[in-house]
Amino acid sequence: MATDSEVILRTEELTKYFPIRRGLNPFSRHHDAFVRAVDGVSLGIPKGRTVAVVGESGCGKTTLARTIALLTPPTGGHIYFDEKEITNGKMSKAELYKNMQMVFQDPESSLDPRMRVGESIGEPLQGLMQWKKDVVQDAVERSLKAVGLSAEFASRLPKQLSGGQKQRVAIARAIAPQPKLLILDEPTSALDASVQAQILRLLLELQREFDLSYMLITHNIAVAQYMSDMMAVMYAGNVVERGPIKTVITKPRHPYTIALIASAPIADPKRRNLLQTEIRGEVASAINPPSGCRFNPRCPYADSICSIENPPLREISPNHFVACHFAEKTA
Amino acid sequence: MDTLLSIQNLTVVYDTASKRVIAVDDVNVELKQDEFLAVVGESGCGKSTLGLSVIGLLPKPGARVSAGSIKYKDTDLLKLGSNKIREFRGTEIAMIFQEPLTSLSPVYRVEEQIAEAILVREMRKKGKKVTSDVMQTTYRNDSAPVSVTRIPRLKRRSIPGELRGEVIEYLKLVRIADPEQVLDRYPFELSGGMIQRVMIAMALSQEPALLIADEPTTALDVTTQAQVLKLMKELIKKVRTSILLVTHDLAVASQVADRVIVMYAGEIAEDADVLSLFSKPLHPYTNGLLSCIPSGYKDESELNPIAGALPDLSVRSIGCKFAPRCPRAMQVCSTHRPSLTSLEKNHKVSCFLYGN
Repeated sequence: MATDSEVILRTEELTKYFPIRRGLNPFSRHHDAFVRAVDGVSLGIPKGRTVAVVGESGCGKTTLARTIALLTPPTGGHIYFDEKEITNGKMSKAELYKNMQMVFQDPESSLDPRMRVGESIGEPLQGLMQWKKDVVQDAVERSLKAVGLSAEFASRLPKQLSGGQKQRVAIARAIAPQPKLLILDEPTSALDASVQAQILRLLLELQREFDLSYMLITHNIAVAQYMSDMMAVMYAGNVVERGPIKTVITKPRHPYTIALIASAPIADPKRRNLLQTEIRGEVASAINPPSGCRFNPRCPYADSICSIENPPLREISPNHFVACHFAEKTA
Repeated sequence: MDTLLSIQNLTVVYDTASKRVIAVDDVNVELKQDEFLAVVGESGCGKSTLGLSVIGLLPKPGARVSAGSIKYKDTDLLKLGSNKIREFRGTEIAMIFQEPLTSLSPVYRVEEQIAEAILVREMRKKGKKVTSDVMQTTYRNDSAPVSVTRIPRLKRRSIPGELRGEVIEYLKLVRIADPEQVLDRYPFELSGGMIQRVMIAMALSQEPALLIADEPTTALDVTTQAQVLKLMKELIKKVRTSILLVTHDLAVASQVADRVIVMYAGEIAEDADVLSLFSKPLHPYTNGLLSCIPSGYKDESELNPIAGALPDLSVRSIGCKFAPRCPRAMQVCSTHRPSLTSLEKNHKVSCFLYGN
């Protein structure tokens, strides 16, 4: 099983706070507050497997991805790649680039509109990695081919491509240095259903072919279910549940996971799950999170302890971790 | 059940400098009283254009209805002038949009915006002419002359108790937990789900017979989406509004709609009641769309994406528009155009596989 194998990437108590200064009133005392986007996340990604991180907007999943890719420095905690620490500048940029790559949600804005596809893919290989010209050329062609585009696409501009083709180019750019880990941040949410299906299939094929590990950030439970081996559910900066994908989908134990899965519409008019769901309120503020468990104001199981103590993740069955005081009750 | 809306042979074109794009191509839609109809399709299939043309909000200049009729009750909406159709907008047909924040005014409080809508409704009921300054002329607290342009005031406008009460009623109807607090807020102070509910409340305050919802939950999170859809479903029963839901999400349609229309490249591919569409999809495109929805786990199920890409809508094709991507295309498909035909009760399809 996925969970027995070695991990390619591991985070330890990773935090990312964004400072904000509140109020424009010059007479108020300037209190610096923080958006606690990622607040103590420990997560491992097994080699050759996919870990999905799901949650709603503002839960910190994208910040987690960006922090792991070191696009933004973490506030605290550690990140280990292949058991080597990469935080605090302990790994060179070129080495990082070689090891992990990111694919973003909007292919429109992640490609330079004035660069030809071949240049977009090849530039970092030549500049940062110092590869020779013919090696770069070869890598560009190989990665284009891997994503199902002909070598002829190298001379095109992004405006000459459709949305799906752009995302293919973004993926080609990501796999060009032959990385071990791809961080996929909502790779298909900007795409139409038929194009999404094409890209998801491509990602699975690439994973098998190149033995890639994926960290998949998504808000779409169906996509997470289809793509992943493990799933981590985030709420207000915390991982509230994680475990093997089947366990989390079929036996969710955190009340938030239960609500999230019940709210995902199923394409079956005979099972109208949506109309049965009952979840109150809105996602908790990351600036002033509720005390204790962050889900407690919305939780149907909440008791007095929930507003006092934030429950830690605990293993309730093999590899299945839940951060809830009443995880035994919710089943 | 009575037919509320009947769209016949509607064709909408967008004229650009270099080409003419046919966004909606000879489309027929019937919507009955109290029906929840979903129009589903991928981007560019013409579903939003269809919704906009009903309420007369096609982008101008650029879009133009080149043929067809839209009959609402006994009136052909396309024959109305821009002043006349304004009387239908809101009171008879209301619309909510995908981006709720851009459809509310940022400079007025929630209370003022809904109150204004209620005042407009009352004036229309009494047959009074509605001016652009309803609030100013009705509730003016100062002796300053009524300005023609509406300038946001820093001074708070007082709204009398009874009107306020009615606004609160509508906010309660859309299940806003603490309406008294929400009243005093500006749209930017509310979350996406709340704003969408305020939009729905405002639309409902007009007591419309038809509500057009264009991707109302696409910008929302799943838990919020579930709340909003549930609310819309309840409203059909509670206030007797028919709903035309435009969405790209088949799963959403399957959860709430009574009937589903699948559009492809400006045409209707299939039109069926929700149960038979999902249990027995006929059109190869509907089949393709359904098999694009990920379900199951990666080693146990396989996605079968539709090959190819959407056709260029500025090029007139003689055959079926889906034929180049269709796994079951025949000779006839590239030379003739299928028409939407009733195959059985409540199930129409536009495909040569089924006679035609």
